[in-house]
Amino acid sequence: MQFGLTEEQEMIVSTVRSFVENEIYPHEEAVERTGVVPPEVAQEIKRKTLDLGFYACNFPEEVGGAGLSHLEFALVERELGRGSMALNHFFGRPQNILMACTGDQRERYLLPAVRGERMDALAMTEPDAGSDVRSMKCTAVRDGGDWVINGSKHFISGADHADFFIVFVATGVDDTPKGPKKRITCFLVDRDTPGFEVRDGYNSVSHRGYKNCILYFDNCRLPDGQVLGAVDGGFAVMNEWLYATRITVATMSVGRARRCFDYALHHAAERRQFGQPIGKFQGVSFQLADMVTEIDAADWLTLAAAWRLDQGLPANREIASAKLYASEMLARVTDATLQIFGGMGLMDDFPIERFWRDARVERIWDGTSEIQRHIISRDLLRPLGS
Amino acid sequence: MKVLVAVKRVVDYNVKIRVKADQTGVETQNVKMSMNPFDEIGVEEAIRLKEAGTATEVVAVSLGVQQCQETLRTALAMGADRGIHVKTDEELQPLAVAKLLKAVVDKEAPELVILGKQAIDDDANQTGQMLSALLGWSQGTFASEIAPENGTLHVTREIDGGLEKVDLKMPAVVTTDLRLNEPRYASLPNIMKAKKKPIDTMEPGDLGVDIAPRLTTLKVEEPPKREAGIKVETVSDLVDKLKNEAKVI
Repeated sequence: MQFGLTEEQEMIVSTVRSFVENEIYPHEEAVERTGVVPPEVAQEIKRKTLDLGFYACNFPEEVGGAGLSHLEFALVERELGRGSMALNHFFGRPQNILMACTGDQRERYLLPAVRGERMDALAMTEPDAGSDVRSMKCTAVRDGGDWVINGSKHFISGADHADFFIVFVATGVDDTPKGPKKRITCFLVDRDTPGFEVRDGYNSVSHRGYKNCILYFDNCRLPDGQVLGAVDGGFAVMNEWLYATRITVATMSVGRARRCFDYALHHAAERRQFGQPIGKFQGVSFQLADMVTEIDAADWLTLAAAWRLDQGLPANREIASAKLYASEMLARVTDATLQIFGGMGLMDDFPIERFWRDARVERIWDGTSEIQRHIISRDLLRPLGS
Repeated sequence: MKVLVAVKRVVDYNVKIRVKADQTGVETQNVKMSMNPFDEIGVEEAIRLKEAGTATEVVAVSLGVQQCQETLRTALAMGADRGIHVKTDEELQPLAVAKLLKAVVDKEAPELVILGKQAIDDDANQTGQMLSALLGWSQGTFASEIAPENGTLHVTREIDGGLEKVDLKMPAVVTTDLRLNEPRYASLPNIMKAKKKPIDTMEPGDLGVDIAPRLTTLKVEEPPKREAGIKVETVSDLVDKLKNEAKVI
């Protein structure tokens, strides 16, 4: 067992931490207030990330990435998690699924995404297809040599800044003993494709400025060259490449919880009531003890899951446990911090109310807590035949 | 031109300093340590000179405990070419540091030595000046701008009255002030390369330097706690208190 980081990993952590503190924190209040990331700020963050060689650091070196391991990438995202999602979106981390690009797709999508020239967004969720991805209604049908897509997607994060989209669409139905089962295909869709439109989405209580959009497909015609992976092979590419995205939620939850905890700790040490710092009251001090214990537990659970991926070990259950525990831990930590701050915690003079609001979505996106519990329990029970 | 930069490992500027219970110094156990911010500015300036084609090699040197190697790695990750670690667990006072640096300078023969104007732990602001005296080199302290030109170093110094421009004959010793530059982040490729860059390790004895402390620390204490202020009703009350209680006017 070796729990320490290497010197390089320590430096990666401290560099990203400084970057977030100096380049992200100063813009957070304005983004919260306006719900918008000013384009010049976005460009500046992107340019600096590119200069530092951190842009697309989750991609292998042969395509121009930094070739970080899952563990190292989790450390990068843990530090990013301290900062605003809306702003750190420009510390670009394109979807790994682009590694499935073949032929000229590499020149058109993969490589420009890694170079920071084109930004991507991933589209899966629909109003009637959330956790139940396969129930999607957005369909593509054959017409001549092309595919014609109709339907819509919603909750598409980063769509406002995306130049192209990675979209999952139903391309047929199989009859199975368990009933009809949709076949899914993954498509690459350029923003300016005729018949395709990006519209404003809803206003979310979590992560202001990190917009979710609605995508509309109205007889949107795509040639075969836009299929990512195999026709009807959408689930295969999804499972191969999107497997690890839950680690992102887990590790960012840990980063944000640590930032939030620092506020709780210092407030408990400095705020005086009844003639002493409130941290001297057991009601507060025990909360601090529980918070840091849970943060550490979530941190190790997450890093261990990432380490398993690097070792080529099965990690599905471990990733689900990390995502479940870290996101629920963040909810408890932000809530307890707010309680320690009392009324002031609810005011927007401090970022506590923001951490508390932002925490809520972590238990929902990238697979709800319930879906993670389902994955974990299925993994345990299946070998026993139940 | 070879540039030597001295980097010191200090308690991180974000850490709230605590005095040890036995009053012999400040607590450094389990405390985040990092490179002295003024030294970071020194490393940055040296790298900029190299990028401008003026410097050919940037050598970072750190003196002290084993973990100083981490500080050197940070300098290497920022872009320094190699490191020198003079390893000792003994307390190093400014004169000892200056003597050790002189010995390193004698070996390395740089044309420019850059140091922070002071370290944020003891704020001595002595080492650069002492080194310059020991070497018999010119010095430009509190630099906010430096420009080498044909064997002369133009230095803009931050002084109480404003800015002072001096021309130094090289080789020279420069100490950095806050506004000299804004240090860069270590880039990811440079972080990965840092491990492969060499760090030479030696001990004070190898350099023939006596590092015995000349000063004795009697006691380290927390500054007195600030007392709560009071509100005064009138201007004359204020003047009275300033005169008779605070005794400042």
